[in-house]
Order: sequence, then structure tokens, then C-alpha cells
Amino acid sequence: MPKQLIKGNEALVKGAVLAGCRAFYGYPITPANEIAESAAVYIPQAGGVFLQAESEVAAINMVYGGASAGVRTMTASSGPGMSLMCEGISYIAGAELPCVIANIMRGGPGLGNIAPEQSDYFQAVKGGGHGCYHALVLAPASAQEMCDLTFLGFDLADKYRNPVIVLADGCLGQMMEPVEFPTTPRAPRTPEWAVDGTAATRPNLISSIYLQPDDLEKHILKLEAKYKRAHVEETRWENYRTDDAELVFVGYGIVARILKSVVEKLRMQGIKAGLLRPITLYPFPAPELRRLAGQAQQFFVVEMSTGQMVEDVRLAVEGRRPVEFYGRCGGNIPTAEEIVEEVFAHV
Amino acid sequence: MSELKCIHGKADCFYEHYERKGEAQHQTHYCPGCGHGIAHKLLAESIDELGIRDRVILVSPVGCSVFLYYYFDVGNVQVAHGRAPAVATALKRAHPEAIVISYQGDGDLAAIGSAEILHAANRGENYTSIFINNAIYGMTGGQMAPTTLMGNRTTTTPFGRNVFNDGYPLHVSEVIATLEAPTYVERAALGNTKQILQAKKAIKKALETQMKGLGFSMVEILSPCPTIWKMDPVDAQKHVREGLAAVYPLGAKRDRTKEAEPRPAHIPAPALEELPRILKLDKGSDAAMPAHHETVDFRVKVAGFGGQGVLLLGQLLAEAGMDYGLEVSWLPSYGPEMRSGTSNCHVRLSNKPVDSPFVSSPNVLIALNEPSLRKFISTVEPGGLVFYNGTAIPADCVRADLRMHPIPFFAVADELGSTKVGNIVVLGALLSATGVLPLEVVDHALPRVVKAEKWIEIDRQALRRGASLLCPEVPVHV
Amino acid sequence: MPACAIEEAIDIKGYVEIDPEECKGCGLCVAACVQKVLSLSPQLNRYGYHPATNEEKPCNGCGLCFYACPEPGAIRVFKAID
Repeated sequence: MPKQLIKGNEALVKGAVLAGCRAFYGYPITPANEIAESAAVYIPQAGGVFLQAESEVAAINMVYGGASAGVRTMTASSGPGMSLMCEGISYIAGAELPCVIANIMRGGPGLGNIAPEQSDYFQAVKGGGHGCYHALVLAPASAQEMCDLTFLGFDLADKYRNPVIVLADGCLGQMMEPVEFPTTPRAPRTPEWAVDGTAATRPNLISSIYLQPDDLEKHILKLEAKYKRAHVEETRWENYRTDDAELVFVGYGIVARILKSVVEKLRMQGIKAGLLRPITLYPFPAPELRRLAGQAQQFFVVEMSTGQMVEDVRLAVEGRRPVEFYGRCGGNIPTAEEIVEEVFAHV
Repeated sequence: MSELKCIHGKADCFYEHYERKGEAQHQTHYCPGCGHGIAHKLLAESIDELGIRDRVILVSPVGCSVFLYYYFDVGNVQVAHGRAPAVATALKRAHPEAIVISYQGDGDLAAIGSAEILHAANRGENYTSIFINNAIYGMTGGQMAPTTLMGNRTTTTPFGRNVFNDGYPLHVSEVIATLEAPTYVERAALGNTKQILQAKKAIKKALETQMKGLGFSMVEILSPCPTIWKMDPVDAQKHVREGLAAVYPLGAKRDRTKEAEPRPAHIPAPALEELPRILKLDKGSDAAMPAHHETVDFRVKVAGFGGQGVLLLGQLLAEAGMDYGLEVSWLPSYGPEMRSGTSNCHVRLSNKPVDSPFVSSPNVLIALNEPSLRKFISTVEPGGLVFYNGTAIPADCVRADLRMHPIPFFAVADELGSTKVGNIVVLGALLSATGVLPLEVVDHALPRVVKAEKWIEIDRQALRRGASLLCPEVPVHV
Repeated sequence: MPACAIEEAIDIKGYVEIDPEECKGCGLCVAACVQKVLSLSPQLNRYGYHPATNEEKPCNGCGLCFYACPEPGAIRVFKAID
């Protein structure tokens, strides 16, 4: 298959369709609009359903319905819309339904702006909605990964019967890069637990209610066991020049791309710098950070926020090494040059 | 001697024992005299009589009827408060052959879920909504519902429902009936046996409407809540008949079942092998061009007014770079500014994987207007190239450490027949100044970026005209 | 479905069978019964309700009580078929 120069948002949709996604329910919001717009073009042609809902609240509950029906279903949104979807995501996790939710992060809080931020980390990784649950959170850093991690996301969502959030930002959604698409598309199939209006699935129930405390506790512990399993089997990260690194940067998404430039610039100045890029934010690659803490002198976390992931880095490093933080927010993107300056000022 | 035959009994559609409620449970969880049980029976009988049990997906709401799935031996989906119409929408669209029934109370449907029901109805979703209106919140203990009657005391209207504080009772069926899409909307009641039998007729008709694919159907059922109303069940039934029905008139509010057209049949899904064509995966770089082996590190910033083709210039450069075997990225400024005013994009071409797609210190700046030149000139790396759309670089923007090319590109384009190709003239100049790509590579990439055929030829001319504006120079510092 | 308690119907038009353990004693069937064969039993069932009863009196099997009853399985109505 030829490479295509394509926007991250559009690559994400093509990856979804190739993964067998046959339902998209969404609501317009910048900077995630290309996702719904591409889905409106491609998903009906692939025999699926595209529907623009009346709100994000309705959209995520349509996702609940599509997933209950056994269809690989997705939605996409950004900050304010994600806040509205948190209710539904909690229900989806509680009812153990698979789905993929793309959050193309923008500036917050409130209406904020439409420029890129990474300020929804807490919301995505720590819950957002009510109750003891986690979404699995994937953080692409290129148009290629917008496609690949969405494709993977559907498999993980089915494997764990759990919502998967693809946590990207406005830049990744808008930028164009060459993408090679998966060559073996997934065929849609109805899982045996779904409710599809046939005699075979008549005994099935989709629900998140467990009225008795013991029953609910058992259910929550079952969810927790899934998350523990995901920690073992699904934690993904990229090491970039960390082999001999004394200064290890930690950043995800678009920031990780900038940090690669920073690593190169510092290496040219004789500083042994490296980068750990979490690919899964939940499960978080804490074991790898702990390992690197035995070797590196210092960690330096960069985020497009006032510091959210840095908390998980500090938890992983357990105080064994200093963890510096540099963040830009409001839609400002840190340049490699300013990060280098920060490094010289603080390290 | 005659034989006694059972003519009325527990519908097959109900589980024999309600195992989901608890072991050996055979009683519902409803209070004595509650209308939900009656409505359940009417629905269950209708499902049995229509022979659709295997096809039914029942959507349980939040409220007293949250445990609908304890009782109905059908496919069950329990959902969040108010969201049943959204869930039902997706269930039905996933499986058009299924019979999807949502069951909601007045808090669920008329308050928190008012948006969802309105829009599901307005889309004419082909499912059946059973709406139980008892004018009170039962499960939470007797708070005001949107349908609570004027003056009624509830735990949240302790002095009676007051129009200035709480507004008027919401007539949901009448509201839904004003919409164009719904096919069948009827209000029934459980105030006496006659009303109950009429309610069953309405439920059955609603289900038949769905089975025929005619679109949205809803039956509102005025229902007693003796416990919260603090009434004897018989008095509560009387209140339905005389109190509720006086405010909420019974009968069909909308009935297009005779003239409605069935929804178009579901289009079968294409074969999996069709996906690459559908997704246009075959349209991309065919890698016909030789791979590039020289060291290239182009960090290009293109900036100008919206409408000058800033983004397209960058995209074409990236497309052609990709064809030439280079690693590329293209990042636009986006948002309101792209709809008017300024526009810019970052392009990287490299023989190594592109780390950051941001070009914070470009080695090529293409400034298509003066504000853009002023904004970015200080960021250009020493030794870099500047293309400026103008006859001369403004004195305060001149930098001795850069190679600066002021050219009225859009005036040149105008000579070619359209100022619209000014951006392509710039690209031609850039390529001839740096030699980063042969013009033919851009020719090759053009049809993927410029969709209208009539422009491609003039674009090719513009490219060559641009290239002729400058003598080839030594490639930019890498 | 189990057979009716009255196996043979001699000169009976109909009969109502009420499961006393399923009934919650709301009285709606009593109010609905035009033949006045139903009443609430002075006995309590295991849930503490006075269940409806026909005291094994036959009726015309009209079925009004069935539709008035909120419990899915509390009442069965039998009718004589020649």
C-alpha cells in the first residue's frame, strides 16, 4: 500500500475503519472535527453508522448502545465535550463495554481555547467520571500512531471489555505526515456477550448495577484485576537514546517529538540526554521509569500543562532522583530552544 | 361438561422466577398498586402476541423501573438516567431487525433526558418508547417531576408546585406530536380496566409501527404511584382517571401509521476487500521517484494572509518531498485565524525521521506579506533563506546573515493569468534556489493536492516561471 | 402452565386463581371485579399482605381483575370452553 500524506485526525478514522469500527457517534468540536467529518465519509460506505448526536452526552450514550449491540464503536471530542462524556464513560467501564474515544485535547479549563494542550491527562488517566474505573489511555505522537494506536485501541477495548481513550492534541490531529496503513483489516463480528436482538443473545444483560455491596465490590475487584493484567501485558513506551542517559526527559504525544530535538541539541553539547516516551499513559510505564532511576541522575518532565503526568513520574521514581518539570499551557507549545534553556537554568 | 381453559396468566415474556432479583424470587419489587407492574404486563403480552420475544432489546432506565431486566426474558440493556433514547438509537441502528423498546419514567424522559427523547423522536428513530408518567419522582422519594400537577406538594415543592418557581406541567406527548418525524404518539392511562385495555392496544400498535419500519412510536401512560401520592391504590387509580387525565388528555396525539413510508432497507456491508478502495488507501505516494540520499534538513515556515495558498504551498512541498523519499511533516496553524487574517504552516523535509514537526527556528522562511516577515524574520537561522512577496525587503527587516529574495510573486502569477498560483511561483523559486527537489517531483505530486484539473497545468507553468526567477544557488545550509 | 385448581368445571363459566404469596393486597382486582367475587383475605401472606381471594367462588371469567393486577403472576383467569 502506498504511503499517504494525511492529517492525524483522518489517519485515526481510517485506522478505526480498518480495525472494524462500524459506528461513529459524535458532536462537532474543534480541534476534533476532521474525525467526525472523515467518519461521516468513510463509515457509512463501509456499511456502518455515522450519526451526529444532539450533544456529547447523547453521543457517548449512543456509543454505549452501539457497543452493547456488539459493534466496534467510537466517538471523538475535545476538552469541553470530554467533560460531558465522563458520565457515559463511567457507565461504559461499569458495564464492561468496549469502545474507543479519541480526545483531541485543547486548552482549558472552561471554554479555554482551541489550541493544543495536554491538560486532560488527569481526566483521561485518573478517571474523569465517578467510581473505581480506568480507561486504557494511548498517547500517539505521530500521524502514523494516530492510525496504529486507534487500530490497537479497538483490539485492547475488546480484549479487556473496557473503554480506550486515544489521547492526542490539536497538533497531532491537524498535522500531516506520511502514513502506512494496516494491510489486514479486522472483520466485524458480534461478541457473544452482546445484545443483538436474536434468540442466541436473549439471555444477555448489559448493566452497571450491582445493588448489594458485596456484589458491587466483587464487580469492582474484577475490573481492578483487568487493570492489573493490563499493567503487565499492555504497558508500552519508547526509549530514545536512554542507554547511557544521565538526564532522562519524560514527555508524551507531540511534546515527545519536541523532546527528541532537545535530546539531539543537548547531545551536541556533550550532555548525555535521553527520552522516555510513554505510549500507554494508563497503564503508565512506571517500572521502566524505576529502572531508569537506577541509571539516570535526573528526570525532566515536559508537558503542555501545569504538570499532570509529572505526578505519575514522581510516584514511579519514588524520590530516588530529582524530577524537574517544565510546562507551557494555554495553547503555547514549548520550543526545543526554550526547553534547552530551561535545562541549563535548572539542571 | 365443559373444560376450563386458562385465558389470562403470566406472559411467556416474563421470567418464571426473577433470578436477577434474587434466588427463587417471583414477586416484583414494586409497591402494592404501582402502575409499573400493569404496564409491564401489557408490554409483555403485546410482545408475546406479536411473536417478537427473541428480537426484543429492552432498554431499562433509571427510576423505579430500573430493574425491568429482572422480569423480561428478552435482550436487556440497562442505561444511564435519561439516556435511553440515545442508547436505543444506536441499538436499533446496529441491528435494524431487532425490536428496540425503551421504558422511561417522567423524571428520566421528561427532565434529565428531555434532549435525548426530543432528538430521537425528531430523527424518527424506528424504536418504541414507553413513557410512564406518574407526575412524581418515585425512587428518590417523592420530588417534583416536570409533569407534577400545579399546586401539588412534593418533597421539593413543600408549599405546592408554583408556576413562578417551577413552571407548568410538561405535556410531553403534545410536544413530541408537533414534530414532523414521529409516526405514532398516544397518551393512555391506567385509571380503570377500560383505560388499561386501551393502553395495551396503543402499546401493540406502537410495536407494530416499529415492526413495519414506519418510524418513531411512543405511548405515554398515566400511571398511579400510591406510595408517594400517599393514597390507597384504589384512590390512586381514581386520581389517574380524574386528576392526571384532566390535565393530560388521553388519545392519539399523532398517528401517521397509515401514510408513513417504511424506512429504506439496510444497505449490505461491502466485502472487506473493498475497504482499501473505500478508504482511498490506494491513493498516495507510489514511490516511483528515486530515494533521496543526500543530507537534507529543511525547516520551512510559510506565512501569509488567509487565501494566499499558504497551507497548500506547504502541503505540496511535503507531498513532493515524500515522493522523493524524504521524511516529511506538515503542521498548520489552525483555528479561527485560519478562517480569516493570517495563516502559517511548518514544513519539514529531512533524510532522517522528523523529530519535532514544529519549526521554531526555520532555515527557510516564506513570508507572503509584510506582517509575516516582521513576525518571523528574527527566528530564521543564520545562513537561512528568505522569500518575501514584495519588491524590496523593508529596511528594518534586512539581515546580513540571510539570503533574502524579495520578489513580487503574486504579480508574476498575475502575468500567468491568475494571482491564485502565486504560491506555486514561490515554490518554483524555492526549488531552484535550493535544488532540494526536481520540478518533476512536484509535477507528480500536484494532482494529489490540487483536485481541480484545470489548475494543474497553470500550476506547472507557475512552478517553472518561479524556478526561472532565480539562478540555482548553493543548497541551503544543512 | 399448571392446571386449574378446580379440575372439572360443572356449571361454571369461569374461575380466578390467585397466588396468595404473589399478591401484595393492593385491592385493585377487588375494585375491578364487577361480579363482586373477590375480597381481601383476613389472613396475612408471608410478606405481610392481605392477599386477594375468591374464596374458591366461581365467576364469569371476564378477566378484568387480571388487567387490574400489577403483579405478572398473581392472577390466572380460566374460562369454560364447551
